[in-house]
Amino acid sequence: MDEELRREIIMEHYMQPEHRHRTDDKDYEKVNTNNESCIDNLDIYVKIKDGIIEDICFEGEACAISTSSTSIMIHNLIGKSVHDAKEYIANFDHMLNEKEYDEEILKEANAYNEIYKQGNRKHCAFLPYEGILKILNKYEASESKN
Amino acid sequence: MNLEDFPMLKQELIYLDNGATTFKPKCVIDKMNEYYETYSANAHRGDYDISYKVDQEYENARETVRKFINAKDKESIVFTSGTTESLNMIATGFFKKFLEPNDEILITKSEHASNVLPWFRLQNECGALVKYIPLDENHYVTLENVKKSITPKTKVIALAGITNVIGDERPMKEITAYAHAHNIFVVMDGAQSVPHRKTDVQDLDIDFLAFSGHKMCGPTGIGVLYGKTELLEELDPVNVGGGMNESFDNPEKIYYKELPTRLEAGTPNIVGAIGLGEAIRYLEKIGMDKIEEHEKKLRKYAIDQMIGIPHLDLINLEADGGILSFNVDGIFPQDVAYYLNKYKVCVRAGNHCAKILKSEVGVKNSLRVSLYFYNTESDIDALVELLKDKEKILKEML
Repeated sequence: MDEELRREIIMEHYMQPEHRHRTDDKDYEKVNTNNESCIDNLDIYVKIKDGIIEDICFEGEACAISTSSTSIMIHNLIGKSVHDAKEYIANFDHMLNEKEYDEEILKEANAYNEIYKQGNRKHCAFLPYEGILKILNKYEASESKN
Repeated sequence: MNLEDFPMLKQELIYLDNGATTFKPKCVIDKMNEYYETYSANAHRGDYDISYKVDQEYENARETVRKFINAKDKESIVFTSGTTESLNMIATGFFKKFLEPNDEILITKSEHASNVLPWFRLQNECGALVKYIPLDENHYVTLENVKKSITPKTKVIALAGITNVIGDERPMKEITAYAHAHNIFVVMDGAQSVPHRKTDVQDLDIDFLAFSGHKMCGPTGIGVLYGKTELLEELDPVNVGGGMNESFDNPEKIYYKELPTRLEAGTPNIVGAIGLGEAIRYLEKIGMDKIEEHEKKLRKYAIDQMIGIPHLDLINLEADGGILSFNVDGIFPQDVAYYLNKYKVCVRAGNHCAKILKSEVGVKNSLRVSLYFYNTESDIDALVELLKDKEKILKEML
């Protein structure tokens, strides 16, 4: 992915993020995720039914990297099973940490494939993933109990 | 001024985050190295030469601090880890003892977390109530508003001398005089004021003062708690242990040492205190009045240029300290800070630990430039040049 395309994707999702709104719907699980070293602060709402992520939305204040990363994450995760979502997240994590990963499944999230060069922004890109992982893990734990 | 004294300034760096911490002059670094290299022993021993030297240097540093803030007694200077610890000691060790349910603690919404949370905790623990002095349209504290906020229940007023986001200087002397006439204690958070102008605790007549070494060219991990001696006598040590006890046999028979040692349990931050002493001597050599004047001039120089840039929202047009808070219209402050970082300009983005201020100024996050005497007009020129072009910021902020 070239520099210009990367920038375009990130700016588009920053200026007009998808699914940016709050919900009071009880079917959604809410998680707050924030960056200790800066001021990114997001609430993410996730609706999971029968192992499938039916919907995600978010609100909060965050930098261009965090906001766009959240928007892209949501776009890519809706409709995925919890299992596939976790695989996607693992790939994203690998990309940020310079390990082997599957470019195919990350789609637009490949826009962050150079972010490892800016240590202080890596966490911004991963912030929404940190939040949603908590919900996914919690869901899996409750499922395995049933 | 005095740029050549700072090893950090040999780098290509424009450092505008002095409200967070300051660079250290070579003399402070050397003074600390000297301790590590030539008399690296513990304090309060004196059985051998190098240990005796430690005591001398450590107590010299205390005397330097005493003179610097014009405290009456050396016993009233307690070394702590910084402003935060000092304020916690004041709230927990002193006020917790005698505040009763519904007694009132007056602060403002522009205080730093360290001058908010210790009081919030007191409210939760002993039922005293935290109340806010309203700020005027420039986010200033006026004596009038202090008077209006005082009730028969008010027991303590805790204020920053200068705040860290707005940079307003409070009329501490007038507030203290009025408070004392009503039997109210005054606590001053000096973190942003003591490094930047002359502080005379006797003239101000404040009861307690807290400040940090690292914000005034000293090392991190050292700070000061000043209290009028008769009040410090009443302050219970939060930490007990080595160094501060006279003797003990069992829980009924414990004897603590005199001030200030009683409040410095454990091996003190010896090298920190020695470094702070040297930093103070360094600042005094430059002159606190000169430092204040330089910062004021430089701030005005910055405001004069920034005011003409239409996409900058200046939050504190009025300020007494060298602090400028602002936003670039429509861009998250952190993105602007990252952009500036690409040009080696260091500014802070965030809420600056003043999380309840947002309801006063209507702005949650901002960029903050905080100046010190080693900043120059060319630092400001570089900043202004980078902020002028909004398209460039948008283009390069990722």
